[in-house]
Amino acid sequence: MDTVFEYREVIISGTLVTISLAILSLLLSILCGLAGAFLKMSQSRALQKVGNAYTTLIRSVPELVLMMLIFYGGQVALNNLGAATGLWDYIEINQFVAGVLTLGFIFGAYMAETFRGAILAIPKGQLEAAIAAGMSPYKVFTVVTWPQMVRYALPSFANNWLVLVKSTALVSVIGLHDLVWNAVAAGRSVQQLFSFMIAVLLIYLVITAISDVALRWVERRYSAGMVRG
Amino acid sequence: MEPERTFSDYLRSFSEGASPLDFMLVYDHLDRFFYGALVTLELTFLALALGGLLAIPMAIARAYKTPFLNPAIWGFTYLFRGTPLLVQLYLIYYGLGQFETVRESFLWDPLLSSPWWCVLIAFVLNSSAYTTEFLRGAIETTPAGEIEAAKACGMSPFTRMRLVVLPSAFRRALPAYSNEVIFTIHGSAIASLVTVQDLLGAGRWLNGRYYLAYEGFVTAMVFYMVIVFIITRIFKLAEKRYLRHLRARDTTDAPALVSQP
Repeated sequence: MDTVFEYREVIISGTLVTISLAILSLLLSILCGLAGAFLKMSQSRALQKVGNAYTTLIRSVPELVLMMLIFYGGQVALNNLGAATGLWDYIEINQFVAGVLTLGFIFGAYMAETFRGAILAIPKGQLEAAIAAGMSPYKVFTVVTWPQMVRYALPSFANNWLVLVKSTALVSVIGLHDLVWNAVAAGRSVQQLFSFMIAVLLIYLVITAISDVALRWVERRYSAGMVRG
Repeated sequence: MEPERTFSDYLRSFSEGASPLDFMLVYDHLDRFFYGALVTLELTFLALALGGLLAIPMAIARAYKTPFLNPAIWGFTYLFRGTPLLVQLYLIYYGLGQFETVRESFLWDPLLSSPWWCVLIAFVLNSSAYTTEFLRGAIETTPAGEIEAAKACGMSPFTRMRLVVLPSAFRRALPAYSNEVIFTIHGSAIASLVTVQDLLGAGRWLNGRYYLAYEGFVTAMVFYMVIVFIITRIFKLAEKRYLRHLRARDTTDAPALVSQP
């Protein structure tokens, strides 16, 4: 473990990459999830189909396969498109950007299901009452839908976040210098992969434990005034 | 005179030239994908079966708060559920070789030096941790009346567990279990990272061999989708059969039944 401590700078910089990757992907996945939920619940049949295709397709394929497809395939597709239209020269997708886009897009599908379930859980009468009281659609969303949606969505949202944090480890496979990549590289160079992997496990454990506590606090806040069964 | 072209020649030239995906190339190597699918399914099935067997006693110990065992098992499940499967796999596959004693032990040659066995060990431990937790939830929510009735019938604790608690807990755990099965299949894709030739491994092999960007991954993706689709269907049928008592009763043709002579 002394050697691990000597390599602390590499480990810490990797941890920061992992955390920022997770947070940025989370933000993107919330956007994708809201878009997906609204598509699935829209009046138009065609939009519903698009939303359903998004959520079922993404959720049936392993993250790693999608990540490789988007990173390697997306690179080629982007450059072919650039060559065909002449709009841009050769671009190389940065691993961090690819990671955020892929994780955000994948977890958006899970978030869409979470949000849809939460919106459906809001009693319809409340929305009707809000409209009858003369609220604008925007006001209905901010005052009635959103606060309750958060309450219903939180348990499943928390779960998605924990799965997302663990999925960030996969981005090391496409070469992002995150916690796992750095630890494997350092561990290989000193032939002590076991100690380094244990350190990585502990760091992930700390991240999940902290998010566990934080999410429980948020849950308590948002369920203020709820009667516990 | 131009030589006559058969339909398959035409298909091949279309696939190589005009189509965005060279599907004929995939078709030529389809056996690799089927073999990969077999490896994926085999790993998933073994991980679930062995993980499930480990999980049943652990879930019982957790649900009944057995002293010493309960906190120990909690620590085990927290560790395995709170960390990425990839790191657990690396720990077992790359990490254990750090120790001389492990490398010289009898376990090294057949087991721990082989990627397939390391993958299986990591998957079994991981799956048993998840299964333990939702099975514990299912056991804890057994209706008190069922247990009282079993006691009143004079069942011993073991019989009670075998005939009353576990069968009803398994039923309640069924929807959660379908998720676990799908997550295990998804997780199994990382086996290809330690050189196991599973479905994703076949896709990566094809892409690497012919220097392609999509074909291998897209084919693997389609295979995974089909597998997940079939498994979801099977679980829907199982839920229909085993959770029949929980379904809302179909009352549409009830009056007709009453008016029958």
